[in-house]
Amino acid sequence: MSEQAGGTTRQGDGGPSPDGAVLSLAGISKRFGAVHALSDASLAVKAGEVVALVGDNGAGKSTMIKAIAGVNPADDGEILWEGRPVTITKPHDAATLGIATVYQDLALCDNLDVVANLFLGNEVANGIVLDEISMERRATELLDTLSVKIPSVRTPVASLSGGQRQSVAIARSLLGEPKVVLLDEPTAALGVAQTAQVLDLIERLRDRGLGVVLISHNLADVRAVADRVAVLRLGRNAGEFVMAETSQEQIVEAITGASESVVTRRQARVEAAEAARDVGQKRQASDPQEQS
Amino acid sequence: MTALRTPADATGVEAAPLSSYVNGYWSRVRGGEMGALPAILGLIVLCTVFSIVRPAFLTAGNFANLLPQGAAVTVIAMGLVFVLLLGEIDLSAGYTSGVCAAILALALSDYDLPWYLAILAALVTGTVVGFVLGSLVAKVGIPSFVVTLAAFLAFQGVVLLLIKGGTIISIQDPVILAIGNKNVPPVLGWVLFALGVGAYAAVQLLRIRGRQRRGLTHDPLSLVLIRVGALAVLGGWAVYVLNQERSRNPAIVSLKGVPIVVPIIVALLVILTFVLKRTGYGLHIYAVGGNREAARRAGINTDRIRISAFVVCSTMAAVGGIIAASRANSVDANTGGSNVLLYAVGAAVIGGTSLFGGKGRILDAVLGGAVVAVIDNGMGLMGFSSGVRFIVTGSVLLLAAGVDALSRRRAATAGLR
Ligand SMILES: Nc1ncnc2c1ncn2[C@@H]1O[C@H](COP(=O)(O)OP(=O)(O)OP(=O)(O)O)[C@@H](O)[C@H]1O
Ligand SMILES: [Mg+2]
Repeated sequence: MSEQAGGTTRQGDGGPSPDGAVLSLAGISKRFGAVHALSDASLAVKAGEVVALVGDNGAGKSTMIKAIAGVNPADDGEILWEGRPVTITKPHDAATLGIATVYQDLALCDNLDVVANLFLGNEVANGIVLDEISMERRATELLDTLSVKIPSVRTPVASLSGGQRQSVAIARSLLGEPKVVLLDEPTAALGVAQTAQVLDLIERLRDRGLGVVLISHNLADVRAVADRVAVLRLGRNAGEFVMAETSQEQIVEAITGASESVVTRRQARVEAAEAARDVGQKRQASDPQEQS
Repeated sequence: MTALRTPADATGVEAAPLSSYVNGYWSRVRGGEMGALPAILGLIVLCTVFSIVRPAFLTAGNFANLLPQGAAVTVIAMGLVFVLLLGEIDLSAGYTSGVCAAILALALSDYDLPWYLAILAALVTGTVVGFVLGSLVAKVGIPSFVVTLAAFLAFQGVVLLLIKGGTIISIQDPVILAIGNKNVPPVLGWVLFALGVGAYAAVQLLRIRGRQRRGLTHDPLSLVLIRVGALAVLGGWAVYVLNQERSRNPAIVSLKGVPIVVPIIVALLVILTFVLKRTGYGLHIYAVGGNREAARRAGINTDRIRISAFVVCSTMAAVGGIIAASRANSVDANTGGSNVLLYAVGAAVIGGTSLFGGKGRILDAVLGGAVVAVIDNGMGLMGFSSGVRFIVTGSVLLLAAGVDALSRRRAATAGLR
């Protein structure tokens, strides 16, 4: 392992596959029939770093996540884990490496309670009998350390709010003590307060030294928590930025693929309108003088 | 348990008061989670009506008849719960029981096998059938409705071939015949009852103790005492009634005791409930039924779970077939046919198991099986033709499925989904 002392090199060049990445992917390709969901895409994340993966609808973000998670393995490409090449062909492979995933479609079992959902697939058991007591205690502890508020860990997930469900899904991903967590649009369906809750949670993950890959369409959220931003467009890398040194326009430009686009045109229009209003207001303010 | 427990010596967590459990239950019922309530209410209403209209219904003799009558359907329904929990269906379970019963009869008559090998042959047949059905559903991907509908037809033919056309294979083996027709000696009945209630109480109390010690919330002691008390009263009453002399002519032949099928059903109920509620396998069944994709992503081998559910279902159908063959003293082309499957599905659904998957218990099959048996028995006593009985049972099944669908909608609007 070639991890540098100090870990994060946020002021680095922001180029692809920085040294010391826990997880890095290169040349990832994935086709669905005629659709090239990913072509020659790359991504890297270091310990204690939040990397935002952004791009328009259908850019291939979820496909990338699913390839890393082993849910839908890539057709082609190389995955390095702590510098070693690895193959991930099923969810179990990713889990044993230390990669945890929270999917866009939450993937919780509504009919099971919070404890069962947290431990699903990794139940604690004495012989064949489930150790409900240990699981319940660990679940309570985990949710407490993450400051997740839930009426009771024995309530079925079906009766939780969107933010609570998202928190359960994230907490679930942490049980295996992962090194990298992949979050696919964790705030998409949430209100302001619940979004803030989840963003806090993401920061806590980073502070614990985890690598976080965050997919989001909300650039304000991305700006709030991400250290780096990787942009995908039509399945290809379209730029990588260090958050602190990058303006929102640069990211939007990379996402849409042109300095001249719907988004920039709209922005220009809005700005022009604002300018016109300002001028108008000024003129109005000066009008009385002219009349007099 | 220590009788005195000051709040200070517990680790800060106390039992919630009984009233909060009652409130919780009531709000679940109103939210559409009716559970076993309709079946229990239905049983009470049906039994009351039948006892008033036909006093013969409320006799020890009829009670003792009712249990073995409903046993085969109940056992098949228990197996069906596994498949229904996955949101699948097994329409062939009835005829699977017929095929297994025919194998049992042939093993006894044509091959002169001892009873235990004959039972083994029937069970293995069920297991193999379940494995094939499950593989076709899980691995090949044919909808279970179609797979088992095809099997429904095919197994009907298999039964005909096995019993060589229209003949009837009678069963002579005394052990097999005892299963559906004989009773447990009265003393043994009381011993089993005491063991059962004692074990139930012990399990409940140990559970409270364990949770208390680790500082987790637990059921209040009063609730446990109510449960144990209810079991003791109901079970004790049933054993008492069944231990009465039922023979018209006790001097010649004495007829008393709990039918042997009862401890068999209780044992299956306990074992399968344990499997579903206390093991990882059971949890995975619920998980696959609740959200198959989520279960898959959690690393659960969903194909294996689905196949195994069909294996359990068909093996339980074999047990049902053995009981049916024993009860009828023979196997013929109708064994496991006509209303058996619909009664079994009806039993599971009436008891509260959802046709949409993810929700259900083994106890549902027993409660629903009791409802179906009571309807069948009571209406028979009232002299209705089997045509009317079919229509009524069909309507009750539809009613139960309607309750299931409506409670699901209710749960959705109440934000429980
Ligand atoms: N299972 C699939 N079968 C066929 N095509 C697929 C499948 N999954 C994704 N695709 C296609 O691959 C492309 C990338 O999809 P992906 O879900 O990765 O986009 P995304 O960046 O996550 O978009 P969004 O922001 O809308 O979630 C899309 O064109 C999509 O239609
Ligand atoms: Mg997506």
